[in-house]
Amino acid sequence: MMSTPMAKRACLLFPISGALLLFLFCLDLTVGGVTIPLSNVWRALTGGDCPEQERLIIVNIRLIKGVVAIFAGAALAVSGLQMQTLFRNPLAGPYVLGISSGASLGVAILMLAAPTLGLTGAVAQFGVAGAAWIGASSILIVIAAIGHRIKDIMVVLILGMMFSSGVSAIVQILQFLSKDEALKSFVIWTMGSLGDVTTSQLWILIPAVVIGLFLGIVAIKPLNLLLFGEEYASTMGLNVGRSRKILFLSTTLLAGTVTAFCGPIGFIGLALPHVARMMFNTADHRVLVPGCILVGGVTMVVCDILSKAFLLPVNAITALIGIPVVVWVVVRNSRS
Amino acid sequence: MAQETNQNIFPNILRLENFSAGYGNRILIRPTSLDFPSTSLTALIGRNGSGKSTLLRAIAGINDSFSGKVMIEGQKIKDIPSGERAKLLSFVNTERPRITNLTARDVVGMGRAPYTDWIGRLSAADEEIVTDSLAKVGMTDYADRQLATMSDGECQRVMIARALAQDTPVILLDEPTSFLDLPSRYELVELLSRLAHDAGKTILFSTHELDIALRRADWVALLADQELRLLKANEVATHNCVATTFGISFD
Repeated sequence: MMSTPMAKRACLLFPISGALLLFLFCLDLTVGGVTIPLSNVWRALTGGDCPEQERLIIVNIRLIKGVVAIFAGAALAVSGLQMQTLFRNPLAGPYVLGISSGASLGVAILMLAAPTLGLTGAVAQFGVAGAAWIGASSILIVIAAIGHRIKDIMVVLILGMMFSSGVSAIVQILQFLSKDEALKSFVIWTMGSLGDVTTSQLWILIPAVVIGLFLGIVAIKPLNLLLFGEEYASTMGLNVGRSRKILFLSTTLLAGTVTAFCGPIGFIGLALPHVARMMFNTADHRVLVPGCILVGGVTMVVCDILSKAFLLPVNAITALIGIPVVVWVVVRNSRS
Repeated sequence: MAQETNQNIFPNILRLENFSAGYGNRILIRPTSLDFPSTSLTALIGRNGSGKSTLLRAIAGINDSFSGKVMIEGQKIKDIPSGERAKLLSFVNTERPRITNLTARDVVGMGRAPYTDWIGRLSAADEEIVTDSLAKVGMTDYADRQLATMSDGECQRVMIARALAQDTPVILLDEPTSFLDLPSRYELVELLSRLAHDAGKTILFSTHELDIALRRADWVALLADQELRLLKANEVATHNCVATTFGISFD
């Protein structure tokens, strides 16, 4: 079903965006508190002759951050694509089912409630990422359990949004009751950061995202059928219940993991699937899933470069880049 | 009555056993058992809200709220996995999905989903079936047009071509003639009639349009007063029930 002009376009765009991603990734490594020339970046990576201090900055800090940026962008864009197709809603994103509010609740309980209740020791050791991941996945399990009984996917969407608003309210109460210091570190977490991931955490983040992307690739044909809605998809041979579960699991692994390690990063998952659709001029997920991985990686690396250049939290940058895209989508939809 | 003799005439590719449906206290269809005539075109007629869509969706396996059994090729529809069911039965509903950036050819290609591999790659044979299906509904020239830029009628035809590409012995269509202009309506029902007789498909379509139904369909499944009855199309004029339902006479 892939028509030829589109296939040609994809054949041209994939290598171009791949090369762009590689270039931006290298550029990302040069930018920061100290500007390191590209030649030294190359030497540091290939084990050539390079000042030891610069080598340490590249390998221990910027390389990890760059890799996190690529994985975070790819994960959020694919997850957003999945939710938009599943709910047949252009304004759906990775957080529609309450992943970010679930993660916020986990982190809020850890940062805000635990000190008040005197649970600093064991609970604090769990780590921010662990708390966020547990929060995000518990919400998803609840929604999946409810969704299992409900046939109409729109009802699942509404329940997800209501549920996540409820959870946000609890987070607000926790914020209101907590001490200034704890509140500040929580607010900073909600601004998102690509730089807080340690090398050991990288070995959790990468496999989780890779499994999520693998499930996303397995779900390519189901996603194509779901473009027609669940009823048509079912009569065209799709096991709708199983596909929903695969997509929920994939989105939890992708968006849940990224949120756990980087905080809730807004607008990327909502805006980038539209950019991919426009760039590749198709609704076919065989092109869109890899397309979102590339576009997500490129955009997030750009956001990282900008956030380093202007010393701003990454969430502010993604919003400033993402909002024009969302506005454009809304305006275009209202015209047709 | 016709339905008593049907049991022996038709090999039971599609049959209802003690089928009834309704919502809450509202009964739509009282328990009925009947065989839908194989390799024929059957028009399902009835007034608004009489349960035509409910019946079609129950047969298509996307509506579980009914009692009794829907049998296709001797198997209960509920017991057939969706992948296998899609090879026996295709469905066109009243919705016209407006998917941006998807061509008519892409959409019809999706009809091959039950036969394609894990990622949905079309073989040369699949491509041929897609081309053929588009030709059958007269949409060859629209193959590379995007679905979002089409009129309701064009979109409807593409969705029907998609059902044809699914290559199933049974095809169900919910109000396929709505959104089509008068010549297109006749063309479509003519096409369904040819598919039934030449390609040996068992086709059931719902419609409000008695005239078209009676002229081209072989059988009429009349849903009135919570009863589902099967009548021969050319004998309908002699049955009072049709006239009563639609408030017309056949003089």
